[in-house]
Amino acid sequence: MIMKLLSGDHPRSKTLSIVLLLIVFGLLFAPFLFPGTRSLDTAARICIFIVLVASYDLLLGYTGVVSFAHTMFFGIGAYGTALALTNMGASYAAIALGTVCGALAAGLFAFMIALFSLRVKAIFFAMMTLAVASAFLVLVSQLSWITGGEDGLSYRIPREMTTAYKLVQDKFLNVRINGKLITYYVIFFSSLSLFLILLRIVNSPFGRVLQAIRENAFRAEAIGYKVVHYSSVATVLSAVIAALSGSLIAIWLRYTGPATTLSMDIMVDILLMIVIGGMGSMYGAVIGVVLFLITQSYLQNLLGILQESLGSLPIVSEVVSPERWLLWLGILFICSIYWFPKGVVGRIRGG
Amino acid sequence: MSNSLIKPRIERPPLSQILIGKTPLFLVPLLMLIGLLAIGSGSTWLTLTAAGLAMGMMIFIMASGLTVIFGLMDVINFGHGAFISLGAFAGFTILGLLGGWIESPSIALNLGAILLAVAFAMLVTGLAGYGFERLIVKPVYGEHLKQILVTMGGLVVTQQLIYVIWGPDEIVLARPTALQGSFVIFEAAIEKYRVLAIAIGLALFAAMRLVLSKTRIGLLVRAGVQNGEMVEALGYPIQKLFLVVFMAGCALAGLGGVMWGIYQETITAHMGAEVMISVFIVVIIGGLGSIEGCFIGAMLVGLLTNYTGFLVPKLSLISTILLMGIVLMWRPQGLYPVVKTH
Repeated sequence: MIMKLLSGDHPRSKTLSIVLLLIVFGLLFAPFLFPGTRSLDTAARICIFIVLVASYDLLLGYTGVVSFAHTMFFGIGAYGTALALTNMGASYAAIALGTVCGALAAGLFAFMIALFSLRVKAIFFAMMTLAVASAFLVLVSQLSWITGGEDGLSYRIPREMTTAYKLVQDKFLNVRINGKLITYYVIFFSSLSLFLILLRIVNSPFGRVLQAIRENAFRAEAIGYKVVHYSSVATVLSAVIAALSGSLIAIWLRYTGPATTLSMDIMVDILLMIVIGGMGSMYGAVIGVVLFLITQSYLQNLLGILQESLGSLPIVSEVVSPERWLLWLGILFICSIYWFPKGVVGRIRGG
Repeated sequence: MSNSLIKPRIERPPLSQILIGKTPLFLVPLLMLIGLLAIGSGSTWLTLTAAGLAMGMMIFIMASGLTVIFGLMDVINFGHGAFISLGAFAGFTILGLLGGWIESPSIALNLGAILLAVAFAMLVTGLAGYGFERLIVKPVYGEHLKQILVTMGGLVVTQQLIYVIWGPDEIVLARPTALQGSFVIFEAAIEKYRVLAIAIGLALFAAMRLVLSKTRIGLLVRAGVQNGEMVEALGYPIQKLFLVVFMAGCALAGLGGVMWGIYQETITAHMGAEVMISVFIVVIIGGLGSIEGCFIGAMLVGLLTNYTGFLVPKLSLISTILLMGIVLMWRPQGLYPVVKTH
């Protein structure tokens, strides 16, 4: 049963299985294990980013295509839902329509980009997606009468999904069973099913072809697989799933703006997560996201302590200042590409 | 009868073929003409054209290094933007120290300050380029995927290092006194600094063509672009050649960064990454690896940005993306695809 759900893709390591189980249980019981709004928010973010990063891995780790437009598709999904909720009012129909439209738009857009640039070279695709995604970000910030510009959109979601709605009056295990909790579980189970769908895709014959393309595109073509067709479909699939995860974050935050969905900083975060976690394995996305979000908060504390103890040294204390956490993650990123190209997951599996 | 030598017959392609081959050259005047028709007013058009050409020249300076580096070694440096920012910060440090020279009305002192700033910026970015090539690019030669990722990581780290050295705030600096204000020609105001930028850009383009076509190192670079293995087989150390070109490309990015910074009068650590969007568009339009294509592409992007910036301000960046789409539909490898013989 479990193997069927995982599409036969076993974690292949005892340590990895235990860590993954801990993460899944942690997320499943997050509202009860770590009560409080902030930790619930972190848990929801982890769920959403796991899907986002895993869908990016479909492209980067499995097909060997580098795209910088992943946040664009994430944003298209988020803005689809946000625009529907803003213009149609807080209803489930609006959520459904916005999500579907966002996913379709993302798929279509991805198809167009793939058509233009996948024929030539991997580098070409990377440059093209970077240019298009940046232009899209600027466009969204400027079309303020539709998208709210830099300020973004704030909107209401159906009452049953907010803290105002109470399913039962009494607390259960000291936690209020309210709409927010329902929304969290909607997000958790949507993310889980999307992740399982991704696992299904990469372990299907189609996924094997993608891996063949990654290993040797020329040989894959020679065997008779049309490389452009397969990589275009992979691009579209990953864009659609990214858009769906964008819809989830739009529902969770009840706000959508360029900074939370489209910015290049998020793109860099995604890259860091997948490379550190482990490219070419869906579990790498899970590990990468959790590790990144934990490091992000604890590394800053650690650097703060380090800076205080160093104190007077001029440049050195700047280097370890808490705001420079990205510097250290960047260095870790470069090192892991050289020495652990399979990331943490590859390391754990290798023993 | 010894007069009748046998001459080799050189096939001259018909004129129409030559013209088709040179069509990219006509794109810039064509765009100017369309701009004139769309804008209507001659003086406004002249101002915008000067602005567009100046912007194009600066983008060309930044993009030329990137495209030659790619042509020679198939390396695309996604961290190129970091060198633009680094150059701007290094240059502004010198300009800040020479405050008296900048504020004086003497054009000689102003230009002297800029010259020193440019020299220092190019030195810093050239040396940084050396480190970048050795530490970040060299271990992943020939592996495109890793290359893209690693240079992106290099961009993040370099940006953070700029924060460490110069602090997180943007730096604001007024333009040198003699370069403020504008000339008035045919009722059109043309900013003095733009004229300087156009002059520097043209000089650099001419110098690059000269170096590539007349000098020994240029010959090697051109040969390396066509077939690197053969150059290596003939006994030339292509790795060393590439290192030199990489450093030169980074120094050019630094030069472009200083000029762009003086033009904008503010610099941030992110400015390089922002300009890189236009740089990538230019490089794609021109054809990866081609200097001429890069030059034409830069002019087109500069002009189009300024024309649409005047006509429909919100669409200026999108218009360059559309231009890129149109060019790619016409020539999928860019205007001047680089012919590789291997």
